[in-house]
Amino acid sequence: MPKYTLLIYGDSAQWEALTVEQRRAHDAAHADFRDAAGDRVIGGQELEPSPNATTLRGSVTSDGPFLETKEALGGFYMLEAADLDEVLALAKLLPEVQAGHSGVEIRPVVEHP
Amino acid sequence: MTSDFVAAVAEAHRRDWAQVLATTARVTRDLDLAEECTQDAYAQALVVWPRDGVPSKPGAWLTRVARNRALDEMRRAAAFRRRLPLLVTAPDNPGDDRLRLIFTCCHPALSRETQVALTARLVCGLSTYEVARAFLVPEPTMAARLTRAKKKIATARIPYRTPDPDEMESRLGPVLEVVHLLFTTGHTAPTGAALIRTDLTASAIHLARTLHLLMPRSAAVTALLALLLVTDARTAARVTPAGQLVLLADQDRSLWNRTQIAEGIALLTDSLRRESPTRFAVEAAIAAVHAESPSWEQTDWTEIIGLYDVLLRLTGGSPVVALNRAVAVGFRDGPRAGLDALAPLTAEPALATYAYLAAARADFLRRLDRTAEAAAAYEEALALTDNEVERDFLHSRLRSL
Repeated sequence: MPKYTLLIYGDSAQWEALTVEQRRAHDAAHADFRDAAGDRVIGGQELEPSPNATTLRGSVTSDGPFLETKEALGGFYMLEAADLDEVLALAKLLPEVQAGHSGVEIRPVVEHP
Repeated sequence: MTSDFVAAVAEAHRRDWAQVLATTARVTRDLDLAEECTQDAYAQALVVWPRDGVPSKPGAWLTRVARNRALDEMRRAAAFRRRLPLLVTAPDNPGDDRLRLIFTCCHPALSRETQVALTARLVCGLSTYEVARAFLVPEPTMAARLTRAKKKIATARIPYRTPDPDEMESRLGPVLEVVHLLFTTGHTAPTGAALIRTDLTASAIHLARTLHLLMPRSAAVTALLALLLVTDARTAARVTPAGQLVLLADQDRSLWNRTQIAEGIALLTDSLRRESPTRFAVEAAIAAVHAESPSWEQTDWTEIIGLYDVLLRLTGGSPVVALNRAVAVGFRDGPRAGLDALAPLTAEPALATYAYLAAARADFLRRLDRTAEAAAAYEEALALTDNEVERDFLHSRLRSL
């Protein structure tokens, strides 16, 4: 079964500004997504905001993410699905798709023999 | 004699290319290989038909040849191909292979320019060179774009199937946009010596007819076909035998294809009975008002302006629609009013490189005898126009001032 990674990008400041109620609705939407996807979800995590990242490049260790952008990677899912349409239909359930400041990038995973 | 066979192959190319490729793709599950085998089948037809005669069902003959070649290739490359991602097909999903192909080429995960290029190449069967020329990019660039697109379809596993009914409406939008774009690109070629590229307009109409045949109840498809037919009906009158541009105002209306106009208007009526008008239905209605007007002088501009108002609402205030509306105001109320209607659009960034805005201003200024300003506007339009027939027209207007 082909694998896809769903990379969730958005503005960390806006994620951190969610009220308790908004955060609850947000988490509930993710639970709905996982229910709909069932055992097609094979992994996934929410990441700490990008200021907590550490980047290594050559001999330099630096404080912060690899790419300094307003929209940073906030989390990911790993799915197994038959085709892109199946992934698109599921990914549309993620609250980040409609939030305005955020979005979901779908990347097929390379199958190593 | 030979030319008869060449014509038979050309006819089969126009009529059957999409079907042959679409059916072959379901066997190969690889668009690249399907394309290669389809091309090969047509090349074989050029050799075999003059010898054995044109088969009674050319499409079936071509499909068989393409499929056999594909099966050979797949056997030969079996070990290698096992490692490549394959096109995902839905064998139990009934429906036409050509529809699968169109919807795959116009999948929303592909950019609009990629959708158009893929459709022109795979569904209409235009060569990579022709597609490149139509969209003003060098052939290697277009070849790379097509290769990348086919790779993405395979790698991201964009399925080779028609959309489910609940997503049909949203998936149909890009398909209609692509067919319309193919038509308009051919209707006034962006560059080159000819005003009209009939290979593109004919392909687009053929595609719209195929969609209509396969989805006869779709009001949006019906409206698009109506628009293309009524617009295309004017073709014979749009250039003189010497190849010079003839404006709508000066066209010999007896040259318009009345059969095509009648068919288009009947389709439009049918579409409007089914659903509230889409953008293409309103554009078709505007084309129909022109088509039914006995002369330029008798054109019902108030009706046309009213339809442009509807179109402005449907397109969220498209600047190009606003420009066309302003021009219609000028024809109804005189060049002074036309110029006033155009004025706010000159600051519109989306129209900054749009030659028709400068050309429309030039025409109104000319009719107001504001010669110096008209000349400047014609110069501006010339700087933005690459089609040689249109350039000749603008030059002659400039000289006549």
